[in-house]
Amino acid sequence: MQEKKLASLSGRRRLGNIFTYIGLSLISVIWITPFVFLVLQSFDVSSTGLTGNVWPEKWGLGNFAYLFSADCNFLQWYFNTFIIALAVCVGQTIMQIMMAYALSRFRFRFRKGLMNVMLVLGMFPGFLTMIVLYEVLKTMGFTGDNSVPGLILVSIASSGMGYYVAKGFLDTMPKSLDEAAMVDGANRFQVFYKVIMPLCKPIVIYIILTSFMGPWGDYIFAATLAKGASAGMNVATGLTSWLSAANVAGYFKYFCAGGVIVAIPVIILFLFLQKYYVEGVTGGAVKG
Amino acid sequence: MMKQLTDLELLKLNKGQLFIYKLKKFFYAIPVWFKKTGIKIGNFFKNLGISIYIFFRDLVFTFIKGDWKTKVSYFIMGFGSLARGQILRGVLFLLMQVVFIWYMIATGGYYVGKLNSLGMKQPEMMEDGTIIYGDNSFKILLYGVLSLFFIAAFIYTWYLNIKQNRINEQILKDEKKLDSSMDDLRSLVDKNFHRTLLTLPTLGIIVFTILPIFFMILVAFTNYDANHNGVSNALFGWQGFKNFGQLFSWNSGGANFSATFGEILLWTLIWAFFATFTNYFLGMMVAMLINKKGIKLKKVWRTVLVLSIAIPQFISILYVSKMFAYPDGIINGLITKFGAEPVHFLDDQAKPFVARLTVILINIWIGIPYLMLVTTGILMNIPADLYESANIDGATKWQQYTKITLPYMLFVTGPYLLTSFTGNMNNFNVIYLLTGGAPHPQGMANGAGQTDLLITWLFNLAIKDSNYALGAVIGIMVFVVVAVISVVVYNLIPSTRNEEEFQ
Repeated sequence: MQEKKLASLSGRRRLGNIFTYIGLSLISVIWITPFVFLVLQSFDVSSTGLTGNVWPEKWGLGNFAYLFSADCNFLQWYFNTFIIALAVCVGQTIMQIMMAYALSRFRFRFRKGLMNVMLVLGMFPGFLTMIVLYEVLKTMGFTGDNSVPGLILVSIASSGMGYYVAKGFLDTMPKSLDEAAMVDGANRFQVFYKVIMPLCKPIVIYIILTSFMGPWGDYIFAATLAKGASAGMNVATGLTSWLSAANVAGYFKYFCAGGVIVAIPVIILFLFLQKYYVEGVTGGAVKG
Repeated sequence: MMKQLTDLELLKLNKGQLFIYKLKKFFYAIPVWFKKTGIKIGNFFKNLGISIYIFFRDLVFTFIKGDWKTKVSYFIMGFGSLARGQILRGVLFLLMQVVFIWYMIATGGYYVGKLNSLGMKQPEMMEDGTIIYGDNSFKILLYGVLSLFFIAAFIYTWYLNIKQNRINEQILKDEKKLDSSMDDLRSLVDKNFHRTLLTLPTLGIIVFTILPIFFMILVAFTNYDANHNGVSNALFGWQGFKNFGQLFSWNSGGANFSATFGEILLWTLIWAFFATFTNYFLGMMVAMLINKKGIKLKKVWRTVLVLSIAIPQFISILYVSKMFAYPDGIINGLITKFGAEPVHFLDDQAKPFVARLTVILINIWIGIPYLMLVTTGILMNIPADLYESANIDGATKWQQYTKITLPYMLFVTGPYLLTSFTGNMNNFNVIYLLTGGAPHPQGMANGAGQTDLLITWLFNLAIKDSNYALGAVIGIMVFVVVAVISVVVYNLIPSTRNEEEFQ
């Protein structure tokens, strides 16, 4: 009697697992399909416009060849984005860690006030500031063809406001660590640099990863600054311009090829550092 | 105040009574909340008043009681510090004063003086098409605001300079030693290390966020638009609350502005609600499927989903939007293969309901991997013995979910849900890249579309139509909505945590 019940239980579990596998396979297919389609269409050289069929009628590397030819600015866009991503990930990481460490470890006047001000500022739609910054950067000469330094400056300058994840991480570190080091005669800078920083490796890698990935998808500010000047665009702005109503008929397949080229290095980087990303995301959501 | 029931009394209630009890409790809490907030605001102003009183009292008393070095410091900043041997502080104070006076004479004074008119001399268009420029309203407003910030900073430093004198006098009276310049420098890596750390980030925030936002709030009270660009066609000037009046006007340029605003606001809220909660629950479901006991290849399933986070969002969003294109997109290609008519999903001929549904569905596709990651970690933190004892008590899976998993998740992720709700209200990329606001029916004011969020509409108003003043008004409204929702929800959710809890 008992055995029979157990057998039926494990049978039910096996059945349940089969359904779960079916569900998960279905989910995987749904999530992978668009990217498979993207890759397939990037190899279709039968027409460069939008087509309803997934399987290429004629295979070839023509779309990729176009990207690297002198006819288009793709390489320039790619280079721009790469420079921006490098600079931004260094700058943002430093700014956020500085902000987070000061707010997590020091108790000073204006601390609560500073945090509240940043909270309230975060409630304003970000690109209200864009109109002003555009005009200011224009007088500095950082728009149009030369918008790369402008983009870097703007992305780094107020990035201290994104300190939350790093502070959440630092808050979970016991204060006794700092105190022990200070008893041993270290000053606050040494505590920061020699004790806390090495322990922050996961969160630093998380911030580096996210801030490096950000510029690859940054569309709105980049588009506003470049204002149609092709040499100053990043990949997002440039490739998006290929999908405008006027261009899509001639450029869709180039977009697909460009998308593949842009996505590959980011995916590789991401797969290597996936562990840190997952830690950062879960930690950030809990500690908010 | 309503009667608080004890646990035992609560158990006696049936479901209907319990619901009414909870509803009552909620509504009774509202006036209490208002009262608390009122007291908070009252306290704020009280403290502000006290601070201002102390500020002036200190200024007067320090001057009367101070020695001559202190008295001179009222006019030459840093004099007292220099005279008492604190070279570094003295030089910095003096430098601030010199720079301030030089700046105000050179440029600042001119702009502050023109702030109340934003310029009088209009640009003139000559017959041959050249323009003789007059004043520049944009510059006047921007540098005027900058100068006001600078003046405030100067007054504060001036006050610090005086306070410094008072403190130093006290220290000398107690026959202790003043901090030397060397001590000051050393404290920047030790006791005052936070100042070193915070200087650069805060300066960046002030210049690149606070100043522009302040500027745009002021722009909402001007007529800064394509016809008054402040430089080449006409100057712009103050016009009070006229732009805010637009929000309630039934007829502006042949369209019903207030109805358009209402419709977009409503859709923004509906969108934020569905985008947040569909992703949350479905993401949690996927996470639970992967976490299920006996499921193999957990890492593979997870990686498949995580891959789609790695691909820059604009690529996936744009590609998916083209999959739904009419009539050549892949989806419509499939539909026509089965002999049906192609469907307008996201373009201008789409039915508003279809477009909105498609957008929400695509957003689920975009958001689930992320939510799967977020919830996985939290789900694994739920103590396993809770489920074991529930199993022994014979609870079904569904009961375990609603009584253990869900309350725990909601408790822990409360603040996250709030930020993701407000984040979705401002989710520019998804809407802008998917539909661009389409469909755009006739009769919506200022080219608004039916999938436009406030934020994308604001973008179109401000950047495309150069209607900066109206854009600024919408921006302020977005802020108001977000702030109200945040404050109310934040006070209602239980998991408002104490930040000292861990340390």
